[in-house]
Amino acid sequence: MGLLQSYRDEAKVLAGGQSLVPLMNFRLAQPHNLIDLNGVEGLDTIEIDDRTLSLGAMVRQRDVEQSPLIAERLPILREAIEQVAHPAIRNRGTVGGSLVHADPAAELPLLSIALDATFHVRSARVSRSVAANDFYQGYLLTDIAPDELLVAVDFHLPPADSGWCCTEIARRHGDFAIVAAAVLLGCGRDRRIDFARVALGGVGPAPLRMIAAEQALLGERADAELFRRAGDVAAQAVDPPADIHASASYRRHLTGVLVRRALATAASRVKGQA
Amino acid sequence: MAETISIALKVNGSELAAAVEPRRSLVDFLRHDLGLVGTHVGCEHGVCGACTVMLDGRTVRSCLLFAAQADGADVTTIEGIGTDEALHPLQQAFQKHHALQCGFCTPGMILAALELLRDNPDPTEEEIRVGLGGNLCMCTGYVNIVRAVRAAVSNGNSR
Repeated sequence: MGLLQSYRDEAKVLAGGQSLVPLMNFRLAQPHNLIDLNGVEGLDTIEIDDRTLSLGAMVRQRDVEQSPLIAERLPILREAIEQVAHPAIRNRGTVGGSLVHADPAAELPLLSIALDATFHVRSARVSRSVAANDFYQGYLLTDIAPDELLVAVDFHLPPADSGWCCTEIARRHGDFAIVAAAVLLGCGRDRRIDFARVALGGVGPAPLRMIAAEQALLGERADAELFRRAGDVAAQAVDPPADIHASASYRRHLTGVLVRRALATAASRVKGQA
Repeated sequence: MAETISIALKVNGSELAAAVEPRRSLVDFLRHDLGLVGTHVGCEHGVCGACTVMLDGRTVRSCLLFAAQADGADVTTIEGIGTDEALHPLQQAFQKHHALQCGFCTPGMILAALELLRDNPDPTEEEIRVGLGGNLCMCTGYVNIVRAVRAAVSNGNSR
């Protein structure tokens, strides 16, 4: 913290190095100093209680993937991680590194939005917590000052019986998603939806929660027609970018398709339902 | 930058010490300082997998690590897997099934396959393709690579 405070803009924090070092190798980033977090004690803990999964910023993505505890209690996180790049990248890449790099198509920022995560940020002068929704402010832009460090993130666990799905369309497995969707669904009596989370990556400068789609779902009976309608609502709500990977209209189309598919998969995973 | 960082590490079973520039990548250290040129430099930004080595038992991109970060680590390169006289069973399978043409990607492929088979000793073809998905080959079309890994499994030579 002291180093960060004294160097400020002159230094970059190095976590797994799977985003920063490629930028350095291209000379797109040329930090004068690197502060290596590898070897800093206490940043790699995985803790879970009834309500929260708390991950230290330096937990490797591979350790999330291989944790039986996470597979059991928050399977959507494991499903998301498996779509992050490749084993050798996940062996080194960290939870915190991906969250603060803030690529709008990345899976971990998307999950933090879907699960209403709380980010714990520290510096030599202050220690504070930020909601995911406030943490992401724009393209590769987060609410973190040059002398601050993300130390941990809390994912709030969804209701125990809820279904889940994280799915995406990418050119090849492991590539950044063109569009990614993460949904959580809880059903009460008569298959009426009493809990819904719909979040999208790749359709804006930062991952987005689709409140309009969630509202279209709540209180309704879970069926294919409802999921199609919720997909349409999401597709209408987004204003996706166009780039070399996909046009805006293709991204809008994918939004509808992925939300529909993810909801159907999530509904099939709701516990206690036929 | 003139200053150097002193490191001590294990490479292919041998302990060694060195002084490295802070910006020296691990792959450049292995190739230029240690002469272990079996590890290849491809894209230099973590996409191609040619520079894959094992660091403390897990595959990593050696182009995305600084040599200074390997202080205290146990590094295994392709030179630590087999020799010309005694190829590793995976290398034998690659040879037998024509899983290489130019050979540029092969060291990375072998290390990725080693980790895959250690974590999942009997993978399906789909699992092999996903497991090796981070390693690019521009010659073979992957069919023979997948075949070679499958063959190594059926021969019980996954380790």
